[in-house]
Amino acid sequence: MRWGVVTFPGSLDDADALHALEALGEPAVALWHKDRSLQGVDCVVLPGGFSYGDYLRAGALARFSPVMESVVGFAAAGGLVLGICNGFQVLCESGLLPGALIRNRSLSFICTTVHCRVEETDTPFTGAYGHAEVLALPIKHGEGCYVADPATLQALEDDRQVLLRYVDAAGRATEAANPNGSLRNIAGITNATRNVFGLMPHPEHACEALCGGVDGAGFFRSVRATLTDGLPTRTASVPPGL
Amino acid sequence: MTTTLPPVTAAQATEHGLTPDEFRRFCDAIGRVPNLVELGICSVMWSEHCSYKSSRAVLRGLPTTGPRVLQGPGENAGAIAIGDGLAVVFKIESHNHPSYIEPYQGAATGVGGILRDVFTMGARPIANLNSLRFGSLDHPRTRYLVGGVVSGIGGYGNCVGVPTVGGEIYFDKAYNENILVNAFTLGLVRADRIFRAKAAGVGNPVIYVGSKTGRDGIHGASLLASAEFDETSDQKRPTVQVGDPFTEKLLIEACLELMEKDFVIAIQDMGAAGLTSSSVEMAASGGLGISIDLDQVPKRETNLTPYEILLSESQERMLIIARAGAEQAVMDIFRKWDLDAEVIGTLTDDGLIRVRAGGQEVVQLPLDPLAHGAPVYERPYAPPAGQDELQRLDLAQIPLPGDYGQTLLRLLATPNIASKRWVFRQYDSLVGSNTVVGPGSDAAVMRVKGTTKAIALSVDCNSRYCLLDPYVGAMTAVVESARNVVCSGGEPLGVTNCLNFGNPEKPEIMWQFREAVRGLSDACNALGVPIVSGNVSFYNETDGRSIPPTPTVAMVGLLADVSQHTTQWFKGEGDVIVLLGRTREELGGSEYLAAVRDVVRGTPPWIDLSVEMQVQHVCTQAIREGLVRSAHDCAEGGLAVAVAECCIAGPGEPLGAEIEIEADIRPDAWLFGESQSRIVLSLRKKYVNRLRDLARDADVSCTVLGEVRGRRLRIGGLVDVSAADLRSAWADALAQQMEG
Repeated sequence: MRWGVVTFPGSLDDADALHALEALGEPAVALWHKDRSLQGVDCVVLPGGFSYGDYLRAGALARFSPVMESVVGFAAAGGLVLGICNGFQVLCESGLLPGALIRNRSLSFICTTVHCRVEETDTPFTGAYGHAEVLALPIKHGEGCYVADPATLQALEDDRQVLLRYVDAAGRATEAANPNGSLRNIAGITNATRNVFGLMPHPEHACEALCGGVDGAGFFRSVRATLTDGLPTRTASVPPGL
Repeated sequence: MTTTLPPVTAAQATEHGLTPDEFRRFCDAIGRVPNLVELGICSVMWSEHCSYKSSRAVLRGLPTTGPRVLQGPGENAGAIAIGDGLAVVFKIESHNHPSYIEPYQGAATGVGGILRDVFTMGARPIANLNSLRFGSLDHPRTRYLVGGVVSGIGGYGNCVGVPTVGGEIYFDKAYNENILVNAFTLGLVRADRIFRAKAAGVGNPVIYVGSKTGRDGIHGASLLASAEFDETSDQKRPTVQVGDPFTEKLLIEACLELMEKDFVIAIQDMGAAGLTSSSVEMAASGGLGISIDLDQVPKRETNLTPYEILLSESQERMLIIARAGAEQAVMDIFRKWDLDAEVIGTLTDDGLIRVRAGGQEVVQLPLDPLAHGAPVYERPYAPPAGQDELQRLDLAQIPLPGDYGQTLLRLLATPNIASKRWVFRQYDSLVGSNTVVGPGSDAAVMRVKGTTKAIALSVDCNSRYCLLDPYVGAMTAVVESARNVVCSGGEPLGVTNCLNFGNPEKPEIMWQFREAVRGLSDACNALGVPIVSGNVSFYNETDGRSIPPTPTVAMVGLLADVSQHTTQWFKGEGDVIVLLGRTREELGGSEYLAAVRDVVRGTPPWIDLSVEMQVQHVCTQAIREGLVRSAHDCAEGGLAVAVAECCIAGPGEPLGAEIEIEADIRPDAWLFGESQSRIVLSLRKKYVNRLRDLARDADVSCTVLGEVRGRRLRIGGLVDVSAADLRSAWADALAQQMEG
């Protein structure tokens, strides 16, 4: 399999995603925003950054880029798409994921390490993790507060589309453990067909023991395992609610 | 030589900040009276900011060379080889005046400008640091300034993809009306691919790339950065530039892509004095001439005058001298990144800058007087009245604290010592995937991909020491930043400095400046570290009151083996705590006296450079041999604060410590005095004897203080406080004061 990492103008963590994939031994290519070709990759990564400067709304302009036309088609055909931070924002703006990411509750940019709980493991992105496993992952964003209308939120919960929640070190999804005000402590969600995943934490910055730890590597390993061995089966479910 | 425009009057020259003597000197040099556009060019090129006319003679004494130095002062930034065919390029620069007038944009464009100084040389920026000075948090404007500067640094730095990995912040009422914002960038480059700003090749094209030119920042260098503040300063807000980090990010990528090819002869950022200084300096340093057509310059608005175009400090612009024939290839790269790129002129052999606009020649000036003709002033100097009195400190008049534990808690909560997490969590410190140790330890550590190496970075200055004794204060800035690098496992490689002072036309300011430069020089010579770049910021005064002398030093160090990086906090119970270096009865200039007794006087802690060298040597040896679990420089707040920080600054639960006291001096001096050349180490018991041997061989004092143990910090019978209380006092203070 082969990965593709998109570079929009203003993408910042695109090289870091390529570096993390290389460190994990995964073959990856760079995809350019002006190109429609996805070069036959098996999973597309939309990286962190400030695409097109994000002066309007985070991710609002990137959705109109030529490469996103192809990514939308790729996702509709079942292709795997992983959106990290700004990539998550782009996925929401593109309609590939429900909801939106608005300014942090604190109104400030936050760069810190948070704890996240893996809510579902029967997805192409999370199969390498254990049930309710707590990960230490970096976040760095100014607009990471996940919001959606109550019906959408309920549908996400009912359909087990919330894959990642902010928790404390003990795995409890408390208010204090919520860094940005996201509804229901949501840190990452997938779509109904479970082939598009967006998350605010940066797994690509947690793939090496020397820089940021290794808790993020499982997302990439999960995709590799899915594409090599097929979808993981559901092991156990996390109790619903916070 | 004539142009089509009328000559200026002496009054216009004065309005442009030139003295009557300077104006006469310029007229003599060009053999006539300049027109208004030419006067504008002269006024920026001869401004203090661009010409260093007051500092040049003094700075000549600084050590700037060394076997690893690839580029010393005089270019956009300095460069030092780190082996493996690589070099680091770095510089620190001030953006003080703009940041006081318009904190967000002032700080943001400070970051943008220093980034361009580094990637201009072909280096990819991998780390930003900053050194900030604000007034007292009680002052009504301070919180606004802190908030604006921090969000400006974050707003720009976070958006260009360069991590902000460290820095320092001090609060002192002496900065109430003149804050300091010094921004540092370090980049990485192949040692054989360093680009410079020296033009060559008559007929080669001059290419403008980046943002369009607008009316912002006109006379930023000459009027804003080269004069004191007064009540009219707010009216200078239009001279502050406006930054666009998105364009800067594109410019970084486009320039670095261009530099992989062989198209570029010379390149320079259009920073202070914009198009004027970049074209004059590049052409002059190549001994050539330059001809520019302003009609070709990309513009943001219509009806810009030649004067405005030449003096605009619009951000995110670069000027390139390319190989003839490569014009289209160069422009194609910038257009790929959706940036403007236009050929605006050519190199000539006549030694002149000629500027045309609307088909007419509006400037025709010889380059040499512009670039090299500014006067060099040997300004008079004398110690300030009352300097001796300031150094007098009678400890007998200072009562001992009633409760040492409470005093420690109070010190940990002063904004100068308290955790700066409220600030640095607003900065992306991770992008680039090189950050091994981010903000909050003695030095930041950045790995160098593709090698086993890492770079250690620290920035430091205690301006209270500098006020009391600028010579000793400046030495302290050097040795302390070096000590930070050593505590992190690095070997000091080189220095860049930002010399922030008051009005150099005053003898007492010039005396402070000369003393500080002498201190920098002596300390750098002793440590064997060259100063490869820097910046002087004078006129940091408001209504005649100067800031304390603030010679900020950024130290860059190298770790041959990144796995030897060391952090300041204790790692586990049972480890032995050792102090390298001696504690003397020194309280002058201490944070303790200032915060608890409101006393700023005395002499700063003395430095014996040979002792300092030996202490750093022992620490380095111990780290190399793998003996050390944590290393922390003993600085503001003294030994008690240093040990407390070791207990609480780590990412995990806070640890306690049991410390024996061996005081033959005042207990407050033992706990809170700031004697230099001290490092707190922790190590496993089995290595203590080996450390003692290393210290004995180097004639360095090595004292076992105690052990990491439990959840309380106990120091003799004096201090007994829970580590949790220490942490909350230290961790929450700044956020409470900023948001409370």
